[in-house]
Amino acid sequence: MTDSIAEVFRREVGRCTASLIRIFGDIDLAEDAVAEAFVIAIEKWPEAGIPPNPGGWITTTARNRAIDRLRRESTRSERTLAAHRLHTDDTAPEDSPESHDRGKLDDFVDVIADDQLRLMFLCAHPALAVDAQVALILRLLGGLETDEIATAFVVPDVTLAQRIVRAKRKLHDNHAPYSIPGSAELPERLQSVLTAIYLIYTEGHTATSGRTLTRTDLSGEAIRLARTLATLMPDETEALGLLALMLLSESRRRSRVAIDGSLIRLADQDRTQWDRALISEGQELVRTCLRRNRPGPFQIQAAISAVHADATTSQSTDWSQVIILYDHLYEMRPNPVVALNRSVAVAELHGPAEGLAALGEIEPSSLDNYQPYHAARADFLTRVGRLDEAAAAYDRAIELTSNTVERDFLTRQRAAN
Amino acid sequence: MAQYMISVWHDDSYETDFSSPEAQRIVALVGAFNEELQQAGAWVFAAGLHPASSATVVRSSAGDVSMIDGPYAETKEQMGGFWMIEAVDLDAALAWAAKAAAACGGPVEVRPSQG
Repeated sequence: MTDSIAEVFRREVGRCTASLIRIFGDIDLAEDAVAEAFVIAIEKWPEAGIPPNPGGWITTTARNRAIDRLRRESTRSERTLAAHRLHTDDTAPEDSPESHDRGKLDDFVDVIADDQLRLMFLCAHPALAVDAQVALILRLLGGLETDEIATAFVVPDVTLAQRIVRAKRKLHDNHAPYSIPGSAELPERLQSVLTAIYLIYTEGHTATSGRTLTRTDLSGEAIRLARTLATLMPDETEALGLLALMLLSESRRRSRVAIDGSLIRLADQDRTQWDRALISEGQELVRTCLRRNRPGPFQIQAAISAVHADATTSQSTDWSQVIILYDHLYEMRPNPVVALNRSVAVAELHGPAEGLAALGEIEPSSLDNYQPYHAARADFLTRVGRLDEAAAAYDRAIELTSNTVERDFLTRQRAAN
Repeated sequence: MAQYMISVWHDDSYETDFSSPEAQRIVALVGAFNEELQQAGAWVFAAGLHPASSATVVRSSAGDVSMIDGPYAETKEQMGGFWMIEAVDLDAALAWAAKAAAACGGPVEVRPSQG
């Protein structure tokens, strides 16, 4: 029973908080009220059973709690209350589902969906630093505790707590709107939501420091958020692309790390271990995106990942297709990391000498602090027999890695050299 | 409605030669932006400032007043002017700021006013 309440919490906490923020225009009040409602649920549900619409139950209970609290704190005048309100969309209905007929209930469901989007756009507001966006998303939409987020990002609890407080305060002081951006701003604003979610995923996928390579919780949370976003904005192909990219990447999670915790490269992974269900879901999304024909960077990266998923062995990968996709991606995002990944595909198709030549086209200083650049270079150099240079490149890559699992991998590669 | 300050920042060594064609172009662009603000009812107040070297810092402590040659912040970047605007929310203010940055050809800072 407690497990099911935990599941309800995971699924509903973001939605409920989002609705309460709209109703009361106050993030802290919304958070506290939703937390209180879950405490009541933990007391009541084991005996009474989980209600048919647990999210609605939580929202209604939280709303009533918040109203009670506002009444108790009657020292707050209407004016101070008004001053504390976020800028909410005045046209949105503020009622609970209970007293309404079916048609109204559908409207209400739409409003809840919009609330979640409003909260995503608020949390990922470009006026906030990216680390604050990520922390706010995990706190408000994921319902993670501050210390959980701090642990996940390997920062002190106090730092993370301050980051969240400052972010909320900035949004409040600046009268940040609680609304879905208009069509003129939407692409850019959506981009910042997608980027924040992807950052949560990549942080979960390769922790930037610490001993474990994969932080399942963050990856899972990022996928859950992307799934929600893709459901809420089904016409936004980049949202689908992001979900597809993460699902396809997640499908390889199990085979990415050996039993002893060491890293296994894509080429060396046991492909029978790849999660077929995640792959087919990801590939279906990629096909949907192709049919829509509105390509974007996340969709192309997902397509590249889908090509890898198609291949039963590394040798049978359609590398020419991968290169075409990287070329396409580079047109949209002409950055050195894309060029680096392309050079890896070139090395697979045409050999390490060609790979080195492709790497040579990248301005070295632009990637000097980027570990994968030195790791790829070291690999190519080894394969063409320039072993001294390879050793130096491995040293640089090892120096730049703070993740112990990755460092061990590189150290072994260097030794095998 | 809320009020925001949009301030313009530039290198302190920057001296405007108002007769230069570039300065003339910026003056025209800023003038057009001012007009747009006024027509939209977003205009509150605006001022372009003399260089930071013209500033004086005044302190009052227990009734004693001291004055020293400014500016207050000894940084390379100094505020060159500002707008106070009225906007419905942050996004509206940022949209104005984007136009301000384009008009004056440099970065601007957006900061909400209290109350």
